[in-house]
Amino acid sequence: MLVFRKFLRDVSAVIGLVIVLLTAVVALFAPWLAPKPLDAHESHPLLRLKPPSAEAPFGTDNLGRDVFSRVILGSRAALTVAVLVVSGAMLIGVPLGLVAGYRSGWVSETLMRITDVFLAVPQLILALALAQLLGPSLKNAMVALTLTYWPFFARIVYAETRRLKTSVFVEALQGLNASSFRIMFAHILPNAAPPIIVRATIGMGFTILTAAVLGFLGMGATPPDPEWGLAVSESRQYLPDAWWFATFPGLAIFLVVFGFNLLGDGLRDVIDPRLRRSR
Amino acid sequence: MLRFLVRRVLLVLPVLFGLLVLTFVLVRVVPNDPSASLAGQNATPQQIAEIRAKYGFDRPLIVQFGVYLKQVVQGDFGTSIQSGRPVARDIRQRLPATLELTFAALGLGIGLGVPLGVLAAVRHNRMLDHVLRFFTVGGIAIASFWFAIMLQLLFAMQLDLLPLRGRLSAIMDAPKHLTGLYLVDSLLTLRFDIFWDSLRHLILPAVTLSFGSLATITRFTRSGVLDTLQKEYVLYETAVGYPRWLMLWVYVLRNSVVATVTQVGLLFGALLAGAVVVEAVYDWPGIGSYAVFAIFTSDYKAILAVTLFVGVVYAIVNILVDVLHGVIDPRVAEQM
Repeated sequence: MLVFRKFLRDVSAVIGLVIVLLTAVVALFAPWLAPKPLDAHESHPLLRLKPPSAEAPFGTDNLGRDVFSRVILGSRAALTVAVLVVSGAMLIGVPLGLVAGYRSGWVSETLMRITDVFLAVPQLILALALAQLLGPSLKNAMVALTLTYWPFFARIVYAETRRLKTSVFVEALQGLNASSFRIMFAHILPNAAPPIIVRATIGMGFTILTAAVLGFLGMGATPPDPEWGLAVSESRQYLPDAWWFATFPGLAIFLVVFGFNLLGDGLRDVIDPRLRRSR
Repeated sequence: MLRFLVRRVLLVLPVLFGLLVLTFVLVRVVPNDPSASLAGQNATPQQIAEIRAKYGFDRPLIVQFGVYLKQVVQGDFGTSIQSGRPVARDIRQRLPATLELTFAALGLGIGLGVPLGVLAAVRHNRMLDHVLRFFTVGGIAIASFWFAIMLQLLFAMQLDLLPLRGRLSAIMDAPKHLTGLYLVDSLLTLRFDIFWDSLRHLILPAVTLSFGSLATITRFTRSGVLDTLQKEYVLYETAVGYPRWLMLWVYVLRNSVVATVTQVGLLFGALLAGAVVVEAVYDWPGIGSYAVFAIFTSDYKAILAVTLFVGVVYAIVNILVDVLHGVIDPRVAEQM
């Protein structure tokens, strides 16, 4: 509970948590919260490119759809991508990192060299190439992001496992003849959890950002789906007149990613004192 | 030091080879037949087969890889399917534009980020520190394509202060090719009109690209300076009565930037990735927009070459950072 109280004293971390929780609620109830839920796929040519007003607080887009509703509906795509990609990357990266860190010799060497290869090029460039090869769709963008994000988890877990491997409790377990599998997953993994949780939180924000870039470049969500990056890309032809069309989806991306980053930062201070952000 | 350098370079080689294998496997194994897209929609199976034979797509993968490897070692990345010109030439031609943009962004990031970080540390937990923290966490949360569009909207479309896109106005000729960096070339040839024009074109893309790195540099400088300020020699120097600016901006700063320098190496990767997006939005004629175009048109030789090229640049920069690390902190150099 000490941890919990310490967390609550960190104002910006609490702000982050509130933003993230709000986003989750909005995403969960999006079809009921959006004033015009049908605007996900319906168009109204007579209402196109209307500036913000009482009926459409964020204005309407090139097909007359309510931008406010589409921003709310877009939170689903953003959070789905974030959760699926980060958990997928953890499912691949964490076991690989554990095995590479716990074993030594060629298994460990091979695994870490493969990780290095993936980290040798910025994630976005690799993900873009992969998304293109698989064919542009939100599903393929998620696959591309997962396949390029796991090395970050493998790296962290590897370093943690290396550190924990020499600690007394692991030696004791080895002395008791516990199986390697059990030592790795039941004993080392829980002790390595704090940096993994911090990375996962920040990774959610990062993934939302990268997925939006893929959408913006036409390698992610496909029209008419309400996705924030795609919306900004669609709006470009109608600038500078329809400024609202570009502005609000981008603000939504900013707000959500900002929330995850604040939360991740706060968590780092509380649960992983070794990585402290310096007072 | 030399031994360290050689070892670092040797360690990078297997990674680059792995990268070559990875990209090659991705492109050739994924079911997206480049011959079919090349031949066009109305091609007969026979025409597709001809193209397949012409580009060597019909040979076994391992043979294709062998051919590719041999070519890459000779600096030959093949011919771009779309532009019909050697990929290596395309990259060489477009590289200076990306370098100019990236260095400008990095310069902005360091030039503003380090002083801001020091200020944040000095005003630790005061108003300025909180404001800067908000801004540094926010800086990495902004989608760069959106930020770019907002800047275009405000400064180019509404206020008409800066150009919307491109590297030079249409009426301007590029300066005589010396380094390929327009700012440098125009100064060397004393064409101040071109210098001014290209500088105006550079501002928005460079600001967009620098924003994320600015945040990171500010943050790492702040925590580095905060740590150093706790050291005993700082207390000693204060007691002896050293001028505060000399202590802070020379002695403390030098001991605090080690972490920041390490970050700059990582940031360079982020800058290269960011350049892809920023160049696409601003029509900046560099490697990034080339990569986006290659990806759109399934130009797989260009995709492979750009990926590999970025990997090599990234590796070189990180080796340089390690060397710089040793220069700033001689203790590190001794361990090398």
